[in-house]
Amino acid sequence: MIEIENVRKSFGQLEVLKGINLTVQKGEVLTIIGGSGSGKSTLLTCINGLEDIDSGRIVVDGTDVHAKGTDLNKLRRKLGIVFQQFNAFPHLTVLENVMLAPVKVLGQSKAEAEAMAVKQLTHVGLGDKLKVYPSRMSGGQQQRMAIARALAMSPAYMLFDEVTSALDPQLVGEVLDTLRMLASEGMTMICVTHEMKFAREVSDRVAFFHKGVMAEIAPPEELFGAPKDPELKTFLAATH
Amino acid sequence: MFSYNFHWNQAFKALPQMLDGALVTLQIALLSMAIGLVVALALTLFRLSGNRILNGFATVWVEIARNTPALFQIYMAHFGLGSFGIHLSPYTALLVGIAFNNAGYLAENFRGALKAIPETQTRAGRSLGMTPLQAFRYIVMPQMLRIAFLPATNQMVWAILMTSLGVTVGMNTDLAGVTQALNAVSFRTFEFFALAAVIYYVIAKAVTLAARLAATRMFRY
Repeated sequence: MIEIENVRKSFGQLEVLKGINLTVQKGEVLTIIGGSGSGKSTLLTCINGLEDIDSGRIVVDGTDVHAKGTDLNKLRRKLGIVFQQFNAFPHLTVLENVMLAPVKVLGQSKAEAEAMAVKQLTHVGLGDKLKVYPSRMSGGQQQRMAIARALAMSPAYMLFDEVTSALDPQLVGEVLDTLRMLASEGMTMICVTHEMKFAREVSDRVAFFHKGVMAEIAPPEELFGAPKDPELKTFLAATH
Repeated sequence: MFSYNFHWNQAFKALPQMLDGALVTLQIALLSMAIGLVVALALTLFRLSGNRILNGFATVWVEIARNTPALFQIYMAHFGLGSFGIHLSPYTALLVGIAFNNAGYLAENFRGALKAIPETQTRAGRSLGMTPLQAFRYIVMPQMLRIAFLPATNQMVWAILMTSLGVTVGMNTDLAGVTQALNAVSFRTFEFFALAAVIYYVIAKAVTLAARLAATRMFRY
């Protein structure tokens, strides 16, 4: 369970999170929508401790992320995150990309890590690209590799930060299909996205962020069907 | 004005001796590069550490190495340290001086290379649970070494040529030292130094070529 309690965060003068309260249950798929600068991506990087927070608390399975004694390296093993940029490690093959962290961080044997990597890469449809370097792959393939790389750590939660935003339109589908598959398998996921159709399909709940505030949160049929917040109405009208 | 009679025979007879000297030259250059590389990596980590003292130390090293004559650096290693009771042999002093110079230049190479690697690479590594050092070691460093590899071969050539400065601290077993000794007893300055120059040239070219070949084999991405 991820518990977010009254989280505030500023970059200099700009307050990007103005007291966010949110709880994500195990097995839940939550999508976060909203305009750019609404704070949604920042929240994800705060959850895995890549960013500090100014006040409030984020608790993952009982561990306070930003408490002094928290071992963030250990905590991050259970919080997989995939970014807008694919961040493929260009000097490693696809297989090596996925094997690296399980071997170096989890201390798995090469054989063990390879078996897991092959399994995850096959899962995302890259079973025939094991020996290929990322530079030879499309953006969609690189992004699916990044997903497999995160999954190879056997995380309890997956955070997706606008993972299709840097992709050519024709490549968006293959990545969203991968996310749908994970959702159907019961993975706990928080997806920041601009893909409204996707959000409507896969989410248990959808949250709308506006200027650092969570303006509305509801099941998709309710949030898209009968939006209450005026800003949300404007946002949805603009995205249709 | 141009009445000089060339005596190439004397020089060619001494060729085996000079080639032995060339081996010593190559050995010092290689060793100084190996030491320089390790120190440069350490200096790079110091600069990335965010610690002001470590960063200052690295910056001072790089500044001195790159902005003072290599000759002075070797002099300091031999005569300078000698003033404090630390007596290095000509061989060791030459090695230390060149390694000092190499480390400074290589650290600066690395710094340039690091700028070409997006910050998001480190972020991706940290997100997978790596420590900062692990992210550097397994993700950033391999990419940095690739980018810095060809510029570093320039430093290797420079290191080979710098070994000739060893004659000023009494080095007499490397190519320049052997050549100087032969010159002293024969006064065939032009012939001996011309031949030595050709040998330096061939070594330098061979190293550059070998590095290019190695690069195509090592970096397949």
